[in-house]
Amino acid sequence: MQVQLKVNGKAVVVDAAPQMLLVQALRQELKLTGTHVGCDTAQCGACTVLMNGRAVKSCNMLVAQAAGTEVETIEGLAATDGTMHPMQAAFKECHGLQCGFCTPGMVMSALDLCKRHPNAGEQEVREALEGNICRCTGYQNIVKSVLQGAAAMKS
Amino acid sequence: MGASDFSNLPHIGESLRRKEDYRFLTGAGQYTDDIVLANMAQCYFVRSPHAHAKIRSIDKTAALAAPGVIGILDGQDVAADKINGLPCGWLITSTNGEPMKEPPHPILAFEKVRYVGDHVAMVVAETYEQARNAAELVMVDYEPLAAVVDVRDAQAPGAPVIHDIATNNQCYKWAIGDKAAVDATFANAAHVTKIDLVNNRLAPNPMEPRAAIGHYNRAGDDYTLYVSNQNPHVERLLLTAFVMGLPEHKVRVIAPDVGGGFGAKIYLYAEDVCLTWASKKLNRPIKWNCDRSEAFLSDAHGRDHVSHAELAMDKDGKFLGFRVHTDANLGAYLSTFSTAVPTILYATLLAGQYKTPQVYVEVDSWFTNTAPVDAYRGAGRPEATYLLERIVSRAAWEMGLSQDEIRRRNFITEFPYQTPVALQYDTGDFHACLKQANELADVAGLEQRKAQSKAKGLLRGLGYSSYIEACGLAPSNVAGALGARAGLFECGEVRVHPTGSVTVFTGSHSHGQGHETTFAQVVAARLGLSPDQVDIVHGDTGRVPFGMGTYGSRSISVGGAAIMRALDKIEAKAKKIAAHLMEASDADVDFAGGEFKVKGTDKMVTFGQVALTAYVPHNYPLDKLEPGLNETAFYDPTNFTFPAGTYICEVEVDPATGQVRVDRFTAVDDFGTIINPMIVEGQVHGGLVQGIGQALMEHCVYDRETGQLVTGSFMDYAMPRADDFPNFTIGHVCTPCTTNPLGTKGCGEAGAIGSPPAVMNAVLDALAPLGVKDLDMPASPNRVWNAIQQAKA
Repeated sequence: MQVQLKVNGKAVVVDAAPQMLLVQALRQELKLTGTHVGCDTAQCGACTVLMNGRAVKSCNMLVAQAAGTEVETIEGLAATDGTMHPMQAAFKECHGLQCGFCTPGMVMSALDLCKRHPNAGEQEVREALEGNICRCTGYQNIVKSVLQGAAAMKS
Repeated sequence: MGASDFSNLPHIGESLRRKEDYRFLTGAGQYTDDIVLANMAQCYFVRSPHAHAKIRSIDKTAALAAPGVIGILDGQDVAADKINGLPCGWLITSTNGEPMKEPPHPILAFEKVRYVGDHVAMVVAETYEQARNAAELVMVDYEPLAAVVDVRDAQAPGAPVIHDIATNNQCYKWAIGDKAAVDATFANAAHVTKIDLVNNRLAPNPMEPRAAIGHYNRAGDDYTLYVSNQNPHVERLLLTAFVMGLPEHKVRVIAPDVGGGFGAKIYLYAEDVCLTWASKKLNRPIKWNCDRSEAFLSDAHGRDHVSHAELAMDKDGKFLGFRVHTDANLGAYLSTFSTAVPTILYATLLAGQYKTPQVYVEVDSWFTNTAPVDAYRGAGRPEATYLLERIVSRAAWEMGLSQDEIRRRNFITEFPYQTPVALQYDTGDFHACLKQANELADVAGLEQRKAQSKAKGLLRGLGYSSYIEACGLAPSNVAGALGARAGLFECGEVRVHPTGSVTVFTGSHSHGQGHETTFAQVVAARLGLSPDQVDIVHGDTGRVPFGMGTYGSRSISVGGAAIMRALDKIEAKAKKIAAHLMEASDADVDFAGGEFKVKGTDKMVTFGQVALTAYVPHNYPLDKLEPGLNETAFYDPTNFTFPAGTYICEVEVDPATGQVRVDRFTAVDDFGTIINPMIVEGQVHGGLVQGIGQALMEHCVYDRETGQLVTGSFMDYAMPRADDFPNFTIGHVCTPCTTNPLGTKGCGEAGAIGSPPAVMNAVLDALAPLGVKDLDMPASPNRVWNAIQQAKA
């Protein structure tokens, strides 16, 4: 079947088997390998992308379910000249990443959080990141990054 | 260059933002599963659903006929091709002089399976889905056998026998220390504190599951193995020399971006060998990507000790003797470094920070029907610290001393210090760490916070842990004498380019630690460059001369020291070139800040001019000196390094639910010289969360009857999440390491080593008014609540 959607602002058509997951379409068909798969139970959040502006776990839905939507992945955030989005820049500035594997999902979840709760405090950020597991950072600098990134996005 | 000169250079101690971050933050990282080779096939492993069974037969007929299937290999094919089993890298000798039992560890099960997840067959197909579907059609006829998963059951009379060569399931019976001398101290003790503890089994769970691509190239008769691994040269050495009998120059191992390791990616795994072997047999590149459920079954697990310990003291709480018996679970087969973890990396740390005159440790290691157990962040040292720091706090409570006072009374204060269990600590300041931790943790304000908690119906407790670890593995001759079957040096190559920028090739491997930044700071500091002018290459046996990789917090202290040695050679040669250019004698040339100067004159040439001259040697002493500026060095440490510190944890416990909340956590560490404080603190944060995770939530559980893994996914295994923690308070003390040129000690594992006993001591302190004295990790609500009910009864 053919699934039409927009990914990072571009219209794409994916030739998909009915059981193809959104993350498989992104990684295998569209070669957007920044979105990662860290588990098989929709727990780790490494595959988080934005669909119509809301964070979704792309391992947990079929690409067919994304037909007609606008999907944004980590590859779509930086400006065309390569300048990082303020949230990406905050992660670098605050050392909010180590191995980098969970990072794309963290950043996408953080963007969703900023949209829904632009004035979230530390505890709210911690709770909002419940669906994203990081094994490296101990979360402290991720929380700091999200708070700093949210502030930068407002200014 | 000495450590004190080094630590004063520019960029040393600077929280430089990481050079590697841009690619990770923009989705441009290249992890193994992101790599796609032309004509690449996919594979899936058929794994045993039984903990222990005989394989009567394997029928591949239906699976071979399934769509897309290219080939299916099993243990008979392995035997026919004479592929050896996986080797164990560390030989432990039992107290009776016999070598440990080393049963065969076939890459695909032969005649028998020994744990749930044991590899039975490899199915290769055009797509992953086809391989996975065909795997379900491989008909394996098993004859199930009784299984044993717990070390206490494994040693019981009549227990199921897992390997024919170890009829009592024992791998070795090992000891260190002077038993008679220790026993004598107990005869004269004013008080003896005893403890029984379980160190819970853990699943390492790096966020990137293991993955590999085997690629045989018929044209060159050579292989490339892409693999998510912490030490590609060790992987190649084991794969070629021990398992497949291939010449090393025909095998290139690439560990590209690796999404965390924590020990689990040190080892040569069966899948890595299978992919390499099958890629030639089927003449296709083959990718395998582990899913998380497979990772729980097949990654090497950590910890899993059962211990009894006794501490003899005089009337003032001074330690006289310490004796320990530990039963260690090694799992079904010996993983690469498994045997060293409960012995060399554990028992030698049981002197801790204390001048206990006599220590004796017995370790019995057992085979069980579980996944192999090997090094996991800290590897032996967390188990040692947990046991020692739990018994020290218990001793304080029994002696009516505070937790910090008993530690102060026993701290080692003079260095170097020879422990009774083999190690010699070069330096440290344990009192300074404890003092700073007490201040940062506001211990003085505890009583007030306790009262506030009490008003809310909650119990508040404070726990201490003063850890020491042995890092910077390791002097090769010492390791060899202790049974290591490999050297533990490191290699670094510094390649200065004609225009003065530098590429460094290191045998260390970065999988989150930020070497591309820290190592660049080291080189930039030495050569007077900007860190932007230095790039670090790692993780490729085709580009890096050699290396032993990253584990045991060794990278900066051993890998960094190798780079320092190569820089010494660069500097020495560059000085000769500079002397020639300035028409001075070599001895009169000084080098600092990227400039060569003739002493007492204003003559100067820059590092860039010297580099260009080395590659355009028109005005050059060609009769005495080769052109070029490219040096390689190998560094073998003369001792371990000894990071140490004191951690203080403060918890609130809800007695109605058993819920424990970490309210405050203070970590004061002595890592010696710190090159990038931001990166070091990040390492501490991560270690703390893994250690607190072990103390409060993580537990890898096998069913004691069936041997099934109960905690086989993130739905069942509690991974620490962002809302489980407060912000941590971090402090540093610096006594530079005296045995390497940087003065560094290593920081990767400290958090995971020091924190579990601090948390558990805090929980027990909180529960003391209710009479709870014993509690094993993880202190889950269920366990805490039950402990409270039992104390009431």
